[in-house]
This record gives sequence, structure tokens and C-alpha cells, in this order.
Amino acid sequence: MEHGRTPTVPAASAAGAGNGVAGVAERARPGIADRALETLARSWRPLALLVACFAVWWAVSAARLVEPYLVPSPGSTLQVMRDKAGYIWHHGWVTTYETLLGFAIAVAVGVLAAVIMVYSSTVEKTLYPVLLFAQVIPKIAIAPLFIVWLGFGIAPKIVVAVLIAFFPVVISMVTGLKSVDPEMVQLSATMGAGPLQTFVKIRFPASLPHLFSGLKVAVTLAVTGAVVGEFVGANEGLGFVILQANGNLDTPMLFAGLIVMSLIGVVLFLLVEIAEKLLLPWHASRRGDAVTTTY
Amino acid sequence: MNEEVEQTVALAEGGGDAAAVDVDDVAVRFRTRKKDVLALRQVSLSVATGEFVAIVGPSGCGKSTLLKLVAGLLKPSSGAVRLHGDAVTGPRRDIGYVFQRAALLEWRSARRNILLQAEMRHMPSAAARKRADELIDMTGLRGFEDAYPHELSGGMQQRVALCRALLHRPPVLLMDEPFGALDALTREQMNIELNRIWRETGTTVLLVTHSIAEAVYLANRVVVMSARPGTVTEIIDVALPAERDYAETMGLEEFSSATTRIRRLLGAASGAE
Ligand SMILES: Nc1ncnc2c1ncn2[C@@H]1O[C@H](COP(=O)(O)OP(=O)(O)O)[C@@H](O)[C@H]1O
Ligand SMILES: [Mg+2]
Repeated sequence: MEHGRTPTVPAASAAGAGNGVAGVAERARPGIADRALETLARSWRPLALLVACFAVWWAVSAARLVEPYLVPSPGSTLQVMRDKAGYIWHHGWVTTYETLLGFAIAVAVGVLAAVIMVYSSTVEKTLYPVLLFAQVIPKIAIAPLFIVWLGFGIAPKIVVAVLIAFFPVVISMVTGLKSVDPEMVQLSATMGAGPLQTFVKIRFPASLPHLFSGLKVAVTLAVTGAVVGEFVGANEGLGFVILQANGNLDTPMLFAGLIVMSLIGVVLFLLVEIAEKLLLPWHASRRGDAVTTTY
Repeated sequence: MNEEVEQTVALAEGGGDAAAVDVDDVAVRFRTRKKDVLALRQVSLSVATGEFVAIVGPSGCGKSTLLKLVAGLLKPSSGAVRLHGDAVTGPRRDIGYVFQRAALLEWRSARRNILLQAEMRHMPSAAARKRADELIDMTGLRGFEDAYPHELSGGMQQRVALCRALLHRPPVLLMDEPFGALDALTREQMNIELNRIWRETGTTVLLVTHSIAEAVYLANRVVVMSARPGTVTEIIDVALPAERDYAETMGLEEFSSATTRIRRLLGAASGAE
């Protein structure tokens, strides 16, 4: 019936007409000091919680509630991190490298797949079940296969990272592309815009907020993917460090590995969030201080 | 301009210079897996160049569908639609479209939202920017050009949408409940502005509205539609001068007789509106 292809999903976020504020809102950028203070004000709770966790950990090990070979003291863990800084740094870097490569590939392939799926319902119908199937297979179960196929190098880790990070990227991008206001697309048609122009000027930018919420999930999953890949067979990376430490009952090193791994995940997550703020200032300001939700 | 208008209305069917918009015995049926809706049937309407036609009717009677037909965003199931004499077969570029929701791009400032029209059409950018400035002045957006949509009130957002629709000087302007989301005062103000813009630009306007007063204040003719399947119940001629003072017009005999007549027709069509 319709001449142009209009998205089937109604707009999730319509420009809220109606009771907007009259006039231009305050648009002055806050200074660096203000922003640092603001960041501190926002993050003191999670920081306090983190400190509390460390305190409990310290208390448990200091009171000898658990044997040190089961739970090392924070002191001995930090000691190991200092003494073996070079070793941890090297393996941490390997894992980061695999994660970033896997994430980058997942984003490129995921965005491309999403675009093709949104523009061709045949491809969508064909690809979607395959994607779902690939998603529900436990990656740890198929990881050994990649070792057999690709050897002990970096490749199988990247493959696992890609497989695990790919899904949220595709889903969020498909949702984003479909959530474009159908009236905006129709308007674009009356402006004489072709599909490419509509994509570049309207659909793609409009889908970015959704994409970024997927990217935040994907980047943390990519870390998991890389480490899972390392667990199955590696002589480098944090997964390897953790397995070795486990074998040697070297719990301080094991904890150090876990901490560094979590730090990598948190830092990468924050980097994606910063990229989002820089690339989509319009979205961040509209969203206000709403909490970012992850699925 | 107005005498001309009346004449072309009368002559619209028979040759001469073609009507700006000509809807000829159109029916639209929406078929989905679940339902089969006859949205419009036997709709015929001819709008002369420079004329302002308002369309009123109960919700769901196919007013938006009618505008989309004219814009070429929908194909009629039967019948024909012509713009300036040539058959509408796909999305038309020679129109301006305004929706109820401003449909602005959140990542673009007001000015850049207006200029989207120029970018899509590959208009020369200097000329487009000059035209955008004119429109910004004409609609009272001066001072808000660099604001983003979320920083603008509903009325301001709708002004931006109107500027965007007028940027390329379209011979036909289609407006689908453009002021439906605005408060009464802002709406009045927008009506006064729209009347002035229409007189200044000489554009043919098709306006869908829920407000009978708005329809009568703005239009040369008001098309009253029946409930679904929508068809034209009656077309009311509004015998008011093109330049209309708002408060004064409200008090005129012609105004109240037209609104009363439309209200009766709508009451008969739907029970309530
Ligand atoms: N794309 C569509 N698919 C199916 N039904 C539609 C579609 N667009 C409109 N309709 C139906 O056609 C009728 C007329 O719709 P519309 O033109 O939007 O009415 P109005 O603008 O007068 O409120 C409604 O019953 C609506 O449900
Ligand atoms: Mg409608």
C-alpha cells in the first residue's frame, strides 16, 4: 500500500511537543571544577560501596574466618600486584587487546548485519533464527572447537569475544533503526530524499542512542569472551594467569587477576559512555540524569 | 487574489489551468492480515491555486490518509489524485508537509532542522540560508535559531517545522493537525501567524484540524467529513475576507453561522467530536 517502506515499530521517542519550556534553557557549559564536583557527587555512593566491600574482605581475612589459601588478604593481593606488576601488565594488555579487537569486529559486523536486516525482511527472517541459535549456544562449550580450528594464538579468543559481543550490538542497532519516527521517514520522502540520504541524515543518527546502550553491554561481554577463550587454551592473557594461579593454589595472584579483569571491563565501559556523551550530547542532555540501564 | 480563487474553484473540473490539488473519486482500503479497513470512499475534492482549505471530521475518518494521498505517501485503492494537473504516483517533492508532532531531528539546532529541507534537495546553500533567515523572522523564531528541539516550547517546535515545510517555497502546503498539541493561547497566535504567512506566500494550503474555530478562521472553504469510511459530507464556503483580525472575526455573523453549521454536521456524523 505505502510507496515507501515505513518501519513497523512505532517511534519510541517522539519529540515531545506540547508543554516544553518556553524559551531557550540554560546552555552554558559548566566549568571543569563544577563537573568534577558533580562527578564526585554522583559517584560517591558506588565508591563507598566498593570501599565497604574491601573493608569486609579485609575484616574476613584479618579475623581469619577463612583460611588464607581460600581467601587471601587484601594486603597480600596488593603485594602480588606490586611485585608482579610487569607480569600482570603484560597479560592484562593481551586480554585488553583481544577484547578490543573482538569488540571492534563485533560492532562492525553487528551494525552491518542490523542495517541489512532492517532493509531486507527476507534477510531478517533468514538471519534472525541463526543469530538466536548462535546466541543461545554456550560459548564456553564451543570455545574448544575454535582452539582445534584456529590454534592456541589470539584468533580463537577474538572469535569467542566477537560471538559473545555481537548479539547485543545487532539487537540494539535493529531496535534503533526501527524506532525511527515513521513520520520523519515520510517527511524525508517529501523532501525528495533517497534511501541513502534518509539513512545517513535520519535513520542512522536516530539509532545511535539505542546502539550505544548495546555497545555498553557488548564491551563488557567482550572481556568475558576473551577470558573464556583464554581459559580453554592459552599461554597468555588474564584467563591464563587465573588458571595458572588456580593450579598453583596461588590465591593472591588469582584475586589480582580477577581484579584487573574487572578493572578492564569497567574502564572500557566508561570509555564507551564517554564516547556516547561526546558523540550524542543532544541525547545525554535530553535524558538528563536518568540512570543508564543495562539488560 | 481571492476573486481569482473563487473562479478557479468553480472551473476546477473543466480544463483551463488545472487545480492545485485534485482528488477524484478516491477510495483507500487498508488491508492487513488481521483487518480490512475502508478508510476513505468516494472522496472528491478540488482545491484551487492559492486557496486555503480546512478539513474537519471525526477521529479516524481518514483525514491524515487524505493528506498522505495528496503527498503521494499513499496510493489510492481506486480513483486518482492530481497535483497541478499531473497524476500523483509517488512521494511528491513539490509540497511542504507539517505533522502534529513537529518531527524534528533532536541532534540538529532549529536552523539546521529547517535547512534539512535544503540539504535533502541539494539547494544552493547560500540561497537556502537566506531563505531560512527570512522564515525565521517571519515566524518569530529569531533568537532561537541555535536552540535544540528539547530546548524549545511546543509552539516554537511547530514554528520550526513550519519553516522547514516552507523553505523550498512549495506551491502546496499540507498540514495535519499542526497545532493540535498546543495550548489554546499559543494556538490562537499560530493561527494568526498562519493566516499572515498564507497571505504573504500565496501558497495553497490543506489543513486538517480538530478545531472548528481554527478551520473557519483560516480557510476559504471547510471540508466536513463523515465518520469511517470517510467521505465528504459537505463543503462550507467561508465568506470572510483573506485578511482576518482574530477577535473581530470571532464576532462576525458569517463566522458564527459557519461554525454552527459545521458543528451540526459533525454532530450528525459522529454524535460527538
Ligand atoms: N497504515 C495503516 N494501516 C492500516 N490502517 C490504517 C493505516 N493508516 C490509517 N489506518 C486506518 O485508517 C483510518 C483512517 O486513519 P487516519 O487517516 O489516520 O484518520 P484521521 O487522521 O482522520 O484520524 C483509521 O481507522 C486507521 O486505523
Ligand atoms: Mg490524523
